[in-house]
This record gives sequence, C-alpha cells and structure tokens, in this order.
Amino acid sequence: MVQGYLQIAIFFAVVLAVVKPLGVYMAKVFQGERVFLSPVLGPVERGAYRLLRVRPDEEGQDWKRYAKSLVVFSVLFWVLLYLILRTQGLDPWNPRGFHSAPWDVTFNTVSSFLTNTNWQYYGGEVTLSYFAQMVGLAVQNFVSAAVGIAVLVALIRGLAARSGSSLGNFWQDITRILLYVLLPIAVIGALVLASQGVIQNLSGYSVIHTLAGGTQVLGQGPVASQEAIKVLGTNGGGFFNTNSAFPFENPSGFTNVVEMFLILIIPASLTYTYGRMIGSQRQGWAIFSAMAVLLIAGTVVAYAAEQHGTPAQHLAGLHTHAMAGSTGGNMEGKEQRFGIASSALFTAVTTATSTGAVNNAFESLTGIGGAVPFSNLGFSEVIFGGVGSGLYSMLLYAILAVFIGGLMVGRTPEYLGKKIGAREIKLVALGVLVTPLTVLLSAGLAAATPAGTRSLAAGFTPQGFSETLYAYLSQANNNGSAWAGYTGFIQPHGLGNVGAYGITFANLLGGLVMIGARFLPILFVLATAGALAGKKVSPAGLGTMRTDNPTFVFLLLGIVILVGALTFFPAILLGPIAQGLSTRPF
Amino acid sequence: MRGLGKELRTGLIAALAITLAFGLVYPLVVTGIAQVLFPGAADGSKVSFDGRVVGSRLIGQEFKGKAYFHSRPSATEYSGDATFFANVGPNSKEGREEVRENLAAYLKLNKPYDRGLTKEDVPVDAVTHSASGVDPQISEANARIQAHRVAAVRGLPLGEVEALIAANTEGRGLGVFGEPGVNVLELNVALEEIAPLK
Repeated sequence: MVQGYLQIAIFFAVVLAVVKPLGVYMAKVFQGERVFLSPVLGPVERGAYRLLRVRPDEEGQDWKRYAKSLVVFSVLFWVLLYLILRTQGLDPWNPRGFHSAPWDVTFNTVSSFLTNTNWQYYGGEVTLSYFAQMVGLAVQNFVSAAVGIAVLVALIRGLAARSGSSLGNFWQDITRILLYVLLPIAVIGALVLASQGVIQNLSGYSVIHTLAGGTQVLGQGPVASQEAIKVLGTNGGGFFNTNSAFPFENPSGFTNVVEMFLILIIPASLTYTYGRMIGSQRQGWAIFSAMAVLLIAGTVVAYAAEQHGTPAQHLAGLHTHAMAGSTGGNMEGKEQRFGIASSALFTAVTTATSTGAVNNAFESLTGIGGAVPFSNLGFSEVIFGGVGSGLYSMLLYAILAVFIGGLMVGRTPEYLGKKIGAREIKLVALGVLVTPLTVLLSAGLAAATPAGTRSLAAGFTPQGFSETLYAYLSQANNNGSAWAGYTGFIQPHGLGNVGAYGITFANLLGGLVMIGARFLPILFVLATAGALAGKKVSPAGLGTMRTDNPTFVFLLLGIVILVGALTFFPAILLGPIAQGLSTRPF
Repeated sequence: MRGLGKELRTGLIAALAITLAFGLVYPLVVTGIAQVLFPGAADGSKVSFDGRVVGSRLIGQEFKGKAYFHSRPSATEYSGDATFFANVGPNSKEGREEVRENLAAYLKLNKPYDRGLTKEDVPVDAVTHSASGVDPQISEANARIQAHRVAAVRGLPLGEVEALIAANTEGRGLGVFGEPGVNVLELNVALEEIAPLK
C-alpha cells in the first residue's frame, strides 16, 4: 500500500507543479497576448482570421451573439460528422471494408463526440475505418474541448468585466485555443506515447502466426495522434473498444501516468488561469483546493476498496492479499502493468474529470470502488471536470454557495464584487440542476421500461441497475465511461457491421441526453456571464463574505456534496452500495 | 452585427478548415515523424523468433500445455482485433464460478511440479480476467509458480528459468508508476531459444 500511495502522491505533485506555468500561459493565450509560440503560430492565426473573414479585435460579442456563433459552429459539425460516419463504405484507409453502423448508433456516436462525452456504443476496431476515427472523431476531440474552454473564458470575462457587455469573440477564442493550447501539447503527447509503443500507422491489420502455432490478428491504425487528444481534451473515446486498457493505447506504467497527466493538466491549470484573469490568484486556489480535496478523497477510497478484492473472489476461495511478487487485490478487469494503485488512480481521475477513458473494466470494480465513479459523476463533473466545463460548472456552484451563504447571514450576495441578483441566481440554479434532472429522468425511464432494459447485461440485479444509472449519469455529464455490459449496438455476425442493429431507445435517448445536458448548461452559463458582465464592481467592505479563504472552500464543498447527495444518494444505494454491503452473490 | 447567413458561412469554412488541419494534417504529420523516429514502436512492437514475426511484445497470446508460461485468463480468446471487457461484476455468481474453476485448473496444472502449492499461494492475476483480454504480463509470483512446471518439462534447472523470468520482468514506469510484470511472450521466446521443444 505504501508504494501505491507513493505513486499517487508523486503524480499529484507533478500535476501541481504544472498548474502555475500552464495557467499563466493559457491566460496569455485567452487575453490575446504574445506567447513564445507566437512567432510560429501567429501567421497561421492571422491566416485563419482572413479565411473566416472575422476581425476579432473589432468584433466583441455579447452573450447572445457568442452563443449564436457557438450553436452554429456545433450544428454544422454535427451534420458534418454524421455525413462522414454515414458514408463510411466510401472511405479511404478502411482496410477492413467496414460499412456504416446503423443510423441510430451513428446518431448516438455523433452526439457523443460533439459534446465531449465520447460515450461509445460501438467498438472502434470492429466498426470504424481509420478515416472515420481520424477525420471524424479525433477532430471532434479537439473541437469539443475547445468549445468547453471557450465557454469558460467567456464566463471569466463576464465575471472580470468592469463595464460593457462583450464576452470576447467566439471565433478568435476557438482559433487561439486550438492553435496555442491543444495542438502543441497534443503533438508532444502523441510523440511521447508513440515512442513508448502506442501505434501510429495506416497499415492493414497484422496477421500473426503466434509462437504456440495459433493465429492472432492485431488491429492497427493512427492511434497515438488520437490518444493524445483523447486524454488532453478530457474526451475519452478509445480507438480500441477496451480503451486505455488495450496495450496499443496504453502500453506501460509510464504511458499510463503520461495519460493521466494529460487528462488533468488543463482542468487543473485553468483554475490558475481563472485567478489571473480576475486579478486574484487566491480565488483560483480556493476553487482548486475544493476540487483537489474531492479528487484525493475519491482516489483513496477507490484504492482501498479495490485492494480488498470482491465477494465473488473470496467466496471462490481466492486469497486477495498482497504477497511477494503480487499486489493482490481485485485484479478482475485490470491489467498487470497498472496493478491496483494505478488503476484506482486512473479511475478517480478519469471520472472526476469528464474524460471517461478507462484503463480497467468499471463493471468489475468492487461495490465501494465503483461508488467512486458514481459519486464523481453525481457531483456533476466539477472535480476539475471537463476542460473548461469543469470550471464553469464549479463557478456556478461558487455563485450558488455565495447566495446560500448570503441567505444565512442576511446579506446581499456578491461574487468578486458583483451583486448576485434574482436573474443571475435563477440562471445559476437552472445551470446547476439541468444535468442531475436529466440523469434522473432518463435513468428512470430506461430502468422502468422494457425498451430500456433491453440494454442490460447483468439483468434485474443491483449490477443491472448500476449499469443503467451509470449509463445515463455518464452520458448526461458528458463523461463517456461505462459499466460496459450495457449496450446499444448488436453485431450478430461479427465484423463489418453486416447484420448489425442498434437498440434505438438507448441510442436516441442517450444522444438527446448528451446534447441537452451539454448545451443547455452552456447557454445558462453564457447568459449568466452576460448578466454579470454589465454589473458594476463594488469594493469589498467589512461585511463582504470572502470567497478566497478556507471557510469558503468548506462552504463550496458542502454545497457540491449536498446537491449531489440529495439528488443521487437513494439511487446509488440501490446499485454500488448495495453491492458493496452484500457478501452474497446474485 | 453579423447576420445568420454570415455566421453560417464562417462556421462552414471553420468546420472544413479545422477538419483538414486536425483530421488530416495533424495525424499524418505525427504518423510521419513517428514512423521515422520510432518505427518499431509505431508499428506494434513486433517480436521475432527463428526469423519470423511471432507477435507483439505488447499483446498477450494464448499458451496451452505444460511447456509454456501461460498468460492471464482472457474473455476474448486473446483477440487483438475485437476487444471487449469480461464485465464480471463483483458479486456475480458467474464470477464466483469462473474464479473457482480457474483456481482449480491452475492448481491442477502446477501442483504436480510444486508440491507445496496451495490456493493461498495463487496470486489474483493468475485466475482473473485481464481488462484488455490481451494483458502481455503476469505477476512475478505467478511466473515463479509456473517456473517449476516449465523447468521440469523442458529439463532445465529451476534457477535458469528463474533467471529468464528476472530478465523478462519489466519494472515500474520511471521506477514508481504501475506494477512490475513478466512479459509472457518474450519469456516463452527466450525459453524456446535455449531449450526448444521437439
């Protein structure tokens, strides 16, 4: 256990070390300042503006125009990706000659990648061409991440604005985020991963005659380039079906830590960017602290639970204790090179952020270990969360905390010197509640109808309920990890999508949930930013509730836990906690 | 004030330009660089024996019989082109039965060569599904148990087989991250090289 905690501690320390430099760098990028990459990327950036015919410096957008550009951009990409996936039979780089998946599966997949969810009812290596993965899905990994960050930047501008209604220019934000933040880190990340064994080629699948005389076919493809942005953009959609557990996506303990690092650096550093852009680093660190407490708590619980082993293993007479040359623990659905500690850490990191890449099988987690992903999603992805989306969601909670704190002491609530009025708090409440409400409604519908229960692998057991609840938690929170027995896509004849059909209910409900729970909060956030932008900043006085000290961190944690627990505790009792408390098999 | 038509036009150009830059230029440039700098790794870390490719160092294979080290149980028959999780739940009856059967089979296979072996000695990785179905590694404890059988069947001193295990054990990432593991394919290739079957 000591060695396990050591790797966890070192990992968090390394991430912490990057928060300030990357945070400062991103603040400069968002504020249009010169950075060290400007000599190289500046001409590309200016070329992009000429191509798009936008003059960003002259075209500040209020929240409605910012939202309009964002919606137009997203709708166009939805249509483009749908067309790419529907015409797969015509693709180049399609060594297996895959046809398109059924339309309903495509609907789900397109909605999934557009919304930064990367929920996957398909298996990449058995249904998609390299072209579809590269030109269709990996592009969305960049774009959806950039959209999330842009919305955050607009909100920060609204909070920081001294006057006026401009939240910046959407086209400029997207261009600069893609060019200066995502692209350079993705290139470096991809090459580091490729150097360690993550494959990167356009060859056909390799047919191997194995040492013992059998045959094994190995999927190939441009994996490293997709892997890097999959984690960096907190996307999580694997090139292969078993995602970051598959050795060609994640070949070693080292690449595993590289992937976790790439997952966390942007969401963690954005808290510093936030502090810098509003002119108070303490505010940024307060938010960071609240997030870090929850992430570390989740990691510790997951690690301890997984180290314990499962009832099924103990009933079978297996000893799950550590011994010389083996860490023991619940190794069902885990890889030897990651072991228990690095699997538990990855599980906590990928679900606290809205990544959803997995390096172990969530369905095989212990009951209590499995409760960690449930809780992280139940807190609406505010524990660092998705790139941009995690912090903008957390800032809604911060405003909510200020409001509730203000009610308790009987003062007009203020955040960063801006008075929080009736309109703002209504928008914030809607923004906070729309995702949990979506989860409860959709999961309830899926659990209670025959159309919904067709997707179950574990039948009418607590495990089956966990599958359903997690499917809609994951899709609504734009995470994308799964209790992977749950299905929306049947492939009776194996390869090539021949004879395959989708479970339409699961595909459509899931797709609508992902879109609704992504774009409705975005609109509420932008509207909040617009409402705050025009407000005067009043100087802090003796009666001002401070939002940059430990008291506020506790208050914020309390609000996040309260909202999450009130909403989901009964449901989580029926699934993972019932499993964790039971020693009987079912 | 820009109208919807102008926004649509900007959006369409942006969508196409981004698709071209991030969907084609970016992955193809990365492919080019990776193929030049890390050709072996970018093509799947292939392992050769006797002049032919016998697999990838990173992808586990099925080994049966008494003369080989065995990989971890796989729910996918060690598929490298159609992967999925076993999805065995923590309280599932099937999971209990599978572990029970795997445990019995493991003891039956190895106990004749390692008389003192009891089920308390069997490490978890030996009887549980890996996540990928193609875990290339087993734990050191698992390898040391199997070493008795492999040494006896191949007529090698136990110490020599244990030395091969040590030579084919991969440490933690940067000495800290993850867990050590023994690469089964490379270990079996090494065995074939010094004490071939037939």
